[in-house]
Amino acid sequence: MTGPGAPAPYAPGTHPDLPPPVRTTGVVGWARQNLFSSPFNVVLTLLGVWFLASVIPPMAEWALVKSIWTAESRAECWGKMAVPEEAACWAFIKGRLSLFVYGFYPVEERWRVDLSFVLLVFAIVPVLYDRLPGRRHWFWYVAAFPFLAGWLLVGGFGLAPVETDQFGGFMLTLIIGVTGISFSLPIGIALALGRTSSMPVLRILCVLFIEFIRGVPLIALLFVASTMLNYFLPPGTSFDLLMRVLIMVTLFASAYIAEVVRGGLQGVPKGQAEAADSLGLSYWKAQRLIVLPQALKISIPGIVNTFIGLYKDTTLVLIIGMLDPLGIGRASLADAVWAGLAREVYLFIAVFFFVCCFGMSRYSLYLERKLDTGRESEK
Amino acid sequence: MKATIHNALALTLMLALASVARAGTLEDVQARGVLNCVVSTGVAGFAYPDDAGEWHGFDVDFCRATAAAVLGDPKAIKAVTSTGKTRFTLLNAGEGDVLWRNTTITFSRDVGVKLRFHGVNYYDGQGFMVPKALGVSSAKELDGASVCIQTGTTTELNLADYFHSNGMKYEAVTIETNDEARQNYLAGRCDVYTTDASGLAATRSTFTNPDDHVVLPEIISKEPLGPATRHGDDQWSDIVTWVLNATVTAEEKGVTSANVDEMRSSSKDPEVLRLLGAEGNQGAELGLEADWAYNIIKSVGNYGEIFERNIGVNTPIGLARGLNALWTDGGLQYSPPFR
Ligand SMILES: N[C@@H](CCC(=O)N[C@@H](CS)C(=O)NCC(=O)O)C(=O)O
Repeated sequence: MTGPGAPAPYAPGTHPDLPPPVRTTGVVGWARQNLFSSPFNVVLTLLGVWFLASVIPPMAEWALVKSIWTAESRAECWGKMAVPEEAACWAFIKGRLSLFVYGFYPVEERWRVDLSFVLLVFAIVPVLYDRLPGRRHWFWYVAAFPFLAGWLLVGGFGLAPVETDQFGGFMLTLIIGVTGISFSLPIGIALALGRTSSMPVLRILCVLFIEFIRGVPLIALLFVASTMLNYFLPPGTSFDLLMRVLIMVTLFASAYIAEVVRGGLQGVPKGQAEAADSLGLSYWKAQRLIVLPQALKISIPGIVNTFIGLYKDTTLVLIIGMLDPLGIGRASLADAVWAGLAREVYLFIAVFFFVCCFGMSRYSLYLERKLDTGRESEK
Repeated sequence: MKATIHNALALTLMLALASVARAGTLEDVQARGVLNCVVSTGVAGFAYPDDAGEWHGFDVDFCRATAAAVLGDPKAIKAVTSTGKTRFTLLNAGEGDVLWRNTTITFSRDVGVKLRFHGVNYYDGQGFMVPKALGVSSAKELDGASVCIQTGTTTELNLADYFHSNGMKYEAVTIETNDEARQNYLAGRCDVYTTDASGLAATRSTFTNPDDHVVLPEIISKEPLGPATRHGDDQWSDIVTWVLNATVTAEEKGVTSANVDEMRSSSKDPEVLRLLGAEGNQGAELGLEADWAYNIIKSVGNYGEIFERNIGVNTPIGLARGLNALWTDGGLQYSPPFR
């Protein structure tokens, strides 16, 4: 090292690269850039830190540190705490976990629900992950999955039949959510194509359908499914309530998907379709190879948004007497042995929904990023 | 469009389903092997599932009694949960075969909603619950209070009448279910919770500190709670009527789940023998097995047993028999004879 003022011992252009100043790299640099870049941001950061510091420790203490995991009743649970009610009593949820997961599904048959869930995972992976070897063949399985799962859950053909009104809890949420999501996408795309088609009858039918469904709240449709439909059926017949709900939820989501996809279709420059025409592609080929891939890419955020909304709306089935997790929770709170633990129940259900919905939204971000490499990357 | 969808669906179904013959509720239930019973979404002591998912409670036990009579199996029930608003729709649409759900018999429900009521399984009245800290000792002091009230119930209308006729004002906090009311009341969103007195006792029993809350002395209405069925199926109506009567008669005659076998073989009382199917053919007249009432008493017990097990003084709910004692004990429970 040489003292200040001394000429540099390096010939011009030969000075080695110095590391960037500490203040602009690493943790310090990141913090300066992101947290303390202006007086206003300093204040916001401090406020945020203060807020988290005052919320998280008590929450963690309530939910984890002091919580009680084994007890037979609320009284026993609270008895185990220094001050009754000071912490969460997860023993309640633990004791009822199977009720929350399977509803009233017969205990001896619950392996069928577990198996369906495993099969569901295998069906989702090929859809979500495009680098899976032999993905093409998997799609046969994916297409067969709904029927396979339906058979497993409902029974018949060798399996003991289980009435769908015994379905409940998270399993019910998943059934409605997954069915609604997987069927509403194709129906919605078809409706969107119908609505933008040049055939007037088809177009008007699609517009009518979409506008009718969008003009009516889901709750009303569910009521129609649960009560009105019976007036149209011959007396004495009963058409499975869950089936009716699945149809209504799917139709409802389809109408919304249709509008989202129509937005996407309009975002594709007209020249694309015209170019396809001039290449002599048929309507379907043009749609499938040129227009839809681009339209769907633009629509991803809207589509996933609709899916998340649909997933959360499944809780509405509670109103027509189906016991989704919220319904189970509500009824459970009337059990005098446990009553009073509402916070635990609602937090538990909230976490479940959060995990599912957050997962969906992260996947959509991943997909957007992956597809956002320009038109060449479209396969 | 709506109608088209429906018609199309209905048509498909008519084609798909072979059994379109009109069947009575009894045949439906027997063919299904399960009784669909409309209950509440959860009221302590009246209807709630335990950890294993089994439903219990005063109303549920009457569901079980009905299933025991009709199917010989008290477990063969399915609880269809309903809010105050949806209960009659679910029943009338055929989602439930019978309704046992803290439901008050009123003119408009009987006539307007086209229901059939079959006697009273709980004589109730509407009361008010307030936190002790409020320092209120009479409902007359509630002027200006905010009141939690369930929509679609008789209590909603009674409340308006009561405050109006006493020249008082209130602010209604309307909610759908008992659990919601409970949360709102405890969170202080309303000063008062009003519903059937039995419901108040049940709700209060689920509080951390029940003693911090009082039920005011005023009972402002008559709430005879009873089972309901749809119009148009007299045989089914008779069955539900006599299921309730059987539990009361059994208590009048001292028949309990413990001594029912003995009573059937050795009782000298012809009415007991008719009730338990040892004499006569009352079961067949109802379209049921001869031992229909025996099955009820054997599996769920008589009225008094059902009451004490679920909501009686030795339960957390702690309701005294009061009006629901037998008429011979100064109450109103009175069954027509089995003759
Ligand atoms: N008896 C009245 C009120 C019945 C009622 O809804 N009571 C409440 C409080 S005990 C209840 O059963 N709630 C059950 C629920 O929220 O599902 C009526 O028939 O309208």
